[in-house]
Amino acid sequence: MTVVIDGGLAEGEVNAIGISFGNSNSSIAYTTGEGKAEVIANEEGDRQIPSFLSYIEGEEYHGTQAKSQLVRNSNNTVAYFRDYLGQDLDSIDPTPCHASAHPQKHESTVAFSIQDTEPETQNVVTVSEITTRHIRRLASSASDFLGKKVNAAVISVPTNFSEAQREALTKASKAAGVDVLQMISEPTAAVLAYDARPEAEVKDKMIVVADLGGTRSDIAVIASRGGMYSILSTSHDYETAGAQLDQILVDHFAKEFMKKHKTDPRQNAKSLAKLKLEAEATKKALSLGGNASLSVESLADGVDFASTINRTRYELLAGKMFGAFTRLIEDAVKKADLDVLDIDEVILSGGTSHTPRISTNLQRLFPPSTRILSPSTLPTAIDPSSLSARGAAIQASLIQEFEKEDIEQSTHPMVTVTPHLRNAIGVLVVSEDVKKGLFTALVERETAVPCRRAGVFAVPREGGNVIIKVCEGIRDIKITKKEKAKTNGKADSDSDSDDDQEEEDEEVKEKVWKVGTVLAEAAIRDVKKGGKVEVTVNVGVDLGVQITAREVGGKGGVRGNLDKPRSTENGSA
Amino acid sequence: MAAVQVSLPLPVLPQGWSEEKDFKPIGQLSSATQRNIEPVGPHFLAHARRKRHHRTFSEDERIQAQENVKRVEDDDAGDISEPEDPLMLQRDAKDWKGQDHYAVLGLSKYRYKATESQIKRAHRKKVLRHHPDKKAAAGSSEDDSFFKCIQKATEILLDPVKRRQFDSVDEAAGVEPPSKKQAQKQGFFKSWSPVFEAEGRFSKDQPVPKLGDDNSTKEEVEEFYNFWYNFDSWRSFEYQDEDVPDDNENRDQKRHVERKNNNARKKKKTEDTARLRALVDTCMQGDERIKRFKKEQQAGKNKKRLEREAAEKKEKEDKIKAAEEQERLRKEAEEAAKAERAEGKKAKEAAKNAVKKNKRVLKGSVKDANYLVPAGEEAGAKRVDDVLNDVEAVMAKIEPEEMALLASKLNGLKVADEVGSIWGDEIKRLVDAGKIEDGDTKVLGK
Ligand SMILES: Nc1ncnc2c1ncn2[C@@H]1O[C@H](COP(=O)(O)OP(=O)(O)OP(=O)(O)O)[C@@H](O)[C@H]1O
Repeated sequence: MTVVIDGGLAEGEVNAIGISFGNSNSSIAYTTGEGKAEVIANEEGDRQIPSFLSYIEGEEYHGTQAKSQLVRNSNNTVAYFRDYLGQDLDSIDPTPCHASAHPQKHESTVAFSIQDTEPETQNVVTVSEITTRHIRRLASSASDFLGKKVNAAVISVPTNFSEAQREALTKASKAAGVDVLQMISEPTAAVLAYDARPEAEVKDKMIVVADLGGTRSDIAVIASRGGMYSILSTSHDYETAGAQLDQILVDHFAKEFMKKHKTDPRQNAKSLAKLKLEAEATKKALSLGGNASLSVESLADGVDFASTINRTRYELLAGKMFGAFTRLIEDAVKKADLDVLDIDEVILSGGTSHTPRISTNLQRLFPPSTRILSPSTLPTAIDPSSLSARGAAIQASLIQEFEKEDIEQSTHPMVTVTPHLRNAIGVLVVSEDVKKGLFTALVERETAVPCRRAGVFAVPREGGNVIIKVCEGIRDIKITKKEKAKTNGKADSDSDSDDDQEEEDEEVKEKVWKVGTVLAEAAIRDVKKGGKVEVTVNVGVDLGVQITAREVGGKGGVRGNLDKPRSTENGSA
Repeated sequence: MAAVQVSLPLPVLPQGWSEEKDFKPIGQLSSATQRNIEPVGPHFLAHARRKRHHRTFSEDERIQAQENVKRVEDDDAGDISEPEDPLMLQRDAKDWKGQDHYAVLGLSKYRYKATESQIKRAHRKKVLRHHPDKKAAAGSSEDDSFFKCIQKATEILLDPVKRRQFDSVDEAAGVEPPSKKQAQKQGFFKSWSPVFEAEGRFSKDQPVPKLGDDNSTKEEVEEFYNFWYNFDSWRSFEYQDEDVPDDNENRDQKRHVERKNNNARKKKKTEDTARLRALVDTCMQGDERIKRFKKEQQAGKNKKRLEREAAEKKEKEDKIKAAEEQERLRKEAEEAAKAERAEGKKAKEAAKNAVKKNKRVLKGSVKDANYLVPAGEEAGAKRVDDVLNDVEAVMAKIEPEEMALLASKLNGLKVADEVGSIWGDEIKRLVDAGKIEDGDTKVLGK
């Protein structure tokens, strides 16, 4: 008989969930019996649970309830603290906490001074302790929902979360009774959430994950190869996120209020807090509809304020900020030494990714072949706010039966650090230009080795003997300048002559393959009319290559090996 | 992973291609980049299982494995650190127009070249250090003046319009043109290149052509000066505007200041254009390449003149030659004509002679035939006259060729009948041909 402990868990039984822990919001998710990830709503029905704690007369409020305390009880409300975990005061940015409890130095860590036990008693509560309380609340909501005590989790964190931050989070979580099985990076979690859908197929693709949150935006460029993910570049921006969009609406409505009432609601902390909360709600409404209203009771000087704004106006006001999001993503692609033409998919993650204009702007940045996964560009997109939590839940379901030691060893650099191919490997086929072979990639660049890829090739109509030329392919961006057709010339009125000047010659960019090192040639003889030839490339850890080719359905075939490169230069580029 | 299906065909095996086992190894893979795979997802776990194979890795191996991994996260702004001037830290944020925004963010050495991402990272770094909450925590006064300076600097540098206005008057980014002495000491190119590089920041057209060096071609140098003499600058001077009073009470005053500002901007812009022009003038004056090109051009001009002269001379000579040739041809033709004429004369003479001769034959034929009187009779004087008249009449009417033919028929004949019948035939032929009338002859042909 197994010993049943608190919450119905057998001894040693692990009941794990996925947690996304953001500065602004957190989410909890689990996997159903069929392996589907679902986000859990807390008692208040929230799936995006504000990462806020607030104390009134010793009572703790969490989530949305805590957030609303920013108006009346800001000094005892702790918010936007995730990034402070495991850091000292010198290395944190206190800006987001301007309107709530301020971070302060406490020994080598950060703490808040709040009245969390009883009124008039100021306690210093460390960010670790705050985190513990927050996770306890999250786990308790999940346990209530699942009817079974949650005692473990996979938590998603930013890619630049330091070792010290990870350690602090592990400890704080443990103190809340939640064992951190693994911390995974937020962008990878988002990719996994999409890849774990039953309809998804394993494909080599280059992905940009844009995680646009409340206090920060994080971009990652990820090579997805055979279901494995390698991060090629990351960018972080703390000035381009949801809070800045809120501010634009706050300024807009404050000015409108001032026109009538002379008082600037931004000058009074309470008025500002009210306006901010409402502006954020208005902003979210503008993601869904063309119009949104805002109403604040007693905004300033006891005057109520109500107004509306339409999306066009909002997009005009926020145009510059939206441009900054686009540039941020463009920069990350450049940083990975890639071109927008190389990107197969853009996954929009984080709450701010609901903003329609941000994703439609991306449609213009990327070529039409790039899939932009966001609610306003793809009906089947997953709710961007839930991606990290879903990914974490899936990972949790995969490893919750593992021994601790197993997880530790599987994530060891001896396992994770792997050579990635610099160039693609492929085969030359005949194109319209008969003299030049056309490179067809079998193994994409940035594929981790060992790896194995196969391709099935057509042969000339009559069949016969064919040659298989295996080579490296180097991706090149071909730019052709197309002169813009001057519309209608001088016959037209002068009024549009200004536009003409701005119209520069159009550049057409194209992705082409340059044939690099030729690796091997092989012959397949007497292929049947209408037959096909299968070529398989196997790359070993030492970069030795094995090539096999055979007629599909035929006997025999050709097999050969290539030596590993003589000098394995290491990738510290 | 599923095999890729490729519909374009493989090439036909070239004739004579032959390798052992039909496989020919040629090259090797390029080197690889060491990267971390994210330890996430079912495919990674399968990879980990294969790689571990019941092995346990040590801490040493961890360090070793991580040694050459390509880093993905940035170093925290290592490139944007510079010492903070204590005087700068005491600045009053109200005087933001007088502040060096780049210095405030620690970007003095980048200035107009700083990228958006550098500015953002620099800002973050400064915020981390100077946030007022930290000062308060450290027990120092609530003075957040420098923090406001940081915010203002960031606000301006991250706004493209405001940044241009500031960059327009950012003297620290400019490079003074060298004096003659300096240019001599440092060398022309070394001393002037940075000046133009700095001025180039104002150009609407980018990239800006470089001053180049002694090896620059004439076209390059010309393009360079052309560019600078037609410089299209975005530089403007609103940053130095006098503050416009923003209360609505004193509208006149407001308008007055605005007008003043506008005029000042225009004046400064004009001055700036003149300044740049003078600068380019000075540079060009000292540019030895220009002198060299002039010399070369001069040499080129001389060369051209010589060439032209030579050409002219040749043309003249050619003309003379042509005239001579024409003359020669003319003469030749003349000679030929002469010869031809001479030839004609001879022929005519011969013909005349032949006619004479033939006439003699004709006349002789009647005389030889005793004027065609029957044998034994004596030809009277009248008979002789009549016959000879007939002969004359016929001879006057017939062509020399007919005459020659007739003569050849008559030649050697003496018998009156024979001669008479030939004459008779001839006269009949001539009458038939309509050349003479039947009555033209009295005796012959009767
Ligand atoms: N429907 C929506 N439309 C527009 N913005 C939204 C919407 N829903 C949420 N947001 C915004 O998303 C932001 C929160 O994003 P998210 O929930 O991803 O936070 P987070 O991951 O904690 O972010 P961070 O750690 O950067 O603060 C807030 O600014 C919120 O206003």
